[in-house]
Amino acid sequence: MAKLRKLKEAVIEKLIFLSGIASIVFVALIFIFLLREGISVLKSTSLGAFLGGKYWYPISDPAKLGILPLILGSLLVTLGAIALAVPLGISAAFYIAEVAPARLRNILKSCVEVLSAIPSVVLGFLGITILVPFLKHSLNLPTGLTAFAGSIMLAFMAMPTIISISEDAINAVPREYKEGAIALGATHWQSLHRVIIHGALPGIIAASMLGIGRVFGETMAVMMVTGNAAVIPTSLFQPVRTLTATIAAEMGEAAKGSPHYFALFAVGIVLFVISFLINLTADLFLNRVRKR
Amino acid sequence: MKRLCLPAFSLLCLSFFAPFLDSPAAAAQKSVSFQIKGSDTMVNLGQAWAEAFNAIHANVNVAVTGGGSGTGIAALINGTCDIAESSRAVEEKETKQAEAEGIRFNQEIVALDGIVVVVHPSNPVKNLTLDQLREVFMGNIKNWRMLDGPDIPIVLLSREVNSGTHIFFKEHVLRRGKKKGTEEFSPGALMMPSSYAIAEEVANNENTIGYYGMGYISPRQKIIAVAKDANSPFIEPNIQAVRSNAYPISRPLYLYTNGTPQGVIKEFIDFVYSKEGQEIVKKTDFVPIK
Repeated sequence: MAKLRKLKEAVIEKLIFLSGIASIVFVALIFIFLLREGISVLKSTSLGAFLGGKYWYPISDPAKLGILPLILGSLLVTLGAIALAVPLGISAAFYIAEVAPARLRNILKSCVEVLSAIPSVVLGFLGITILVPFLKHSLNLPTGLTAFAGSIMLAFMAMPTIISISEDAINAVPREYKEGAIALGATHWQSLHRVIIHGALPGIIAASMLGIGRVFGETMAVMMVTGNAAVIPTSLFQPVRTLTATIAAEMGEAAKGSPHYFALFAVGIVLFVISFLINLTADLFLNRVRKR
Repeated sequence: MKRLCLPAFSLLCLSFFAPFLDSPAAAAQKSVSFQIKGSDTMVNLGQAWAEAFNAIHANVNVAVTGGGSGTGIAALINGTCDIAESSRAVEEKETKQAEAEGIRFNQEIVALDGIVVVVHPSNPVKNLTLDQLREVFMGNIKNWRMLDGPDIPIVLLSREVNSGTHIFFKEHVLRRGKKKGTEEFSPGALMMPSSYAIAEEVANNENTIGYYGMGYISPRQKIIAVAKDANSPFIEPNIQAVRSNAYPISRPLYLYTNGTPQGVIKEFIDFVYSKEGQEIVKKTDFVPIK
């Protein structure tokens, strides 16, 4: 009887262990698969020409497979989105957590949740019918399909993540800090920007990084509003083509086993590596903040 | 996601057992279905054929999806569709892949299409030669002023590379019919995910020039008359001009099947060629072959 129970426990333990490492296994498998398919791109182009090439003509013969414009396009759209979403999101989180009266707080919180529930294709649709013509006319651009339009769409998508996680971080700051600050004669504003922000900083950075991660991998809305021209961008107000949009737009057509097909997997590797670096930086930074 | 899993799983179970539930008697009455996939240009046409065909053959379900000619041909090779709609002929590369998978393409020319070059209705430019179009889409002519238009930059709109329309325009206009040419769209050309997106942007933006299949013609965009060369007349795309081959940017539309069509697929193809089928071609703004 006791033996049976021991066996049962051992089995359950192993099962839980398996579930625990499942995500690691999946990540490893995905990376191995991407690597296996993507590495073949080196048969038709060199690593330097792939990462540094300025022209993306994947179906020409011979194909030109330079993804520099795509990498820069993705980075530019993401940077624009961060510049919009991070300050707005953090301010909103502070307002919701510290300033807003209880009733308004609840309404705002549910609105943020609704915002995160909007499918990206719907946002993209609104973008193409409202935002793009508006940008064109108000900024007097040749076309509204620009990196900036993509950044605005992505900022919308990153905001809910940034707001809700920052807000949790602010609420997690011990009450005593704020009470102490006010007891020492600080105003509400002083206690906010001198005391609470320091306590909540690691959480706020984590929130921003998660927001950035979401933005960088987003595809649909970006594909609909950025114009998808594979040129090296020189400003936020011109069309760009992102890594994600390139995979989404071209994967259906790419003939299996062609240089184009392998190149798209290699683009996937580049995306994977950049996302990994974003998360790694976030982690390193967070650890440093915690130790201090 | 988690909440989706259970219904999806039970559906999977059901679909697994469904074949065993059918009694032999029911099999005679069983409805058949097949898949049509491919060219975005032809998706409305395919849909209209499918609906009319279903009205005659109530037990046949036809599912029509787009995605681009290349997508449809790839699906036919992979065995995930029964008929591929394509706005270009299959390439040698694709035929080889198909052979490797044991698929033999059977080609049917079922309609004709003119590719229409469009600009914003306020644009005074109304005639362009093929050479001018090539220079514009390669990015060598960058301002409407150089075409006797207003002094504003030209914004180029193109379809994505998975579109048969993109490939046809590139080979026919940019490369003057030479498949192996080296001319490319300007890297600054905007790649739009659909013909609808091109139509929308052209209707809203006076800087743009774009192209789409004849099925998308609407008064919200202005059609450009095209001449083969400087000595030829400027021709507007319409049914007569495409059928008589006078309009320089026109093309056949294809259906591809695996081998000689049989059974319900054959019935469908016969229907497409019938008077009623070709009437539908006309109604969806393409050009009937007869």
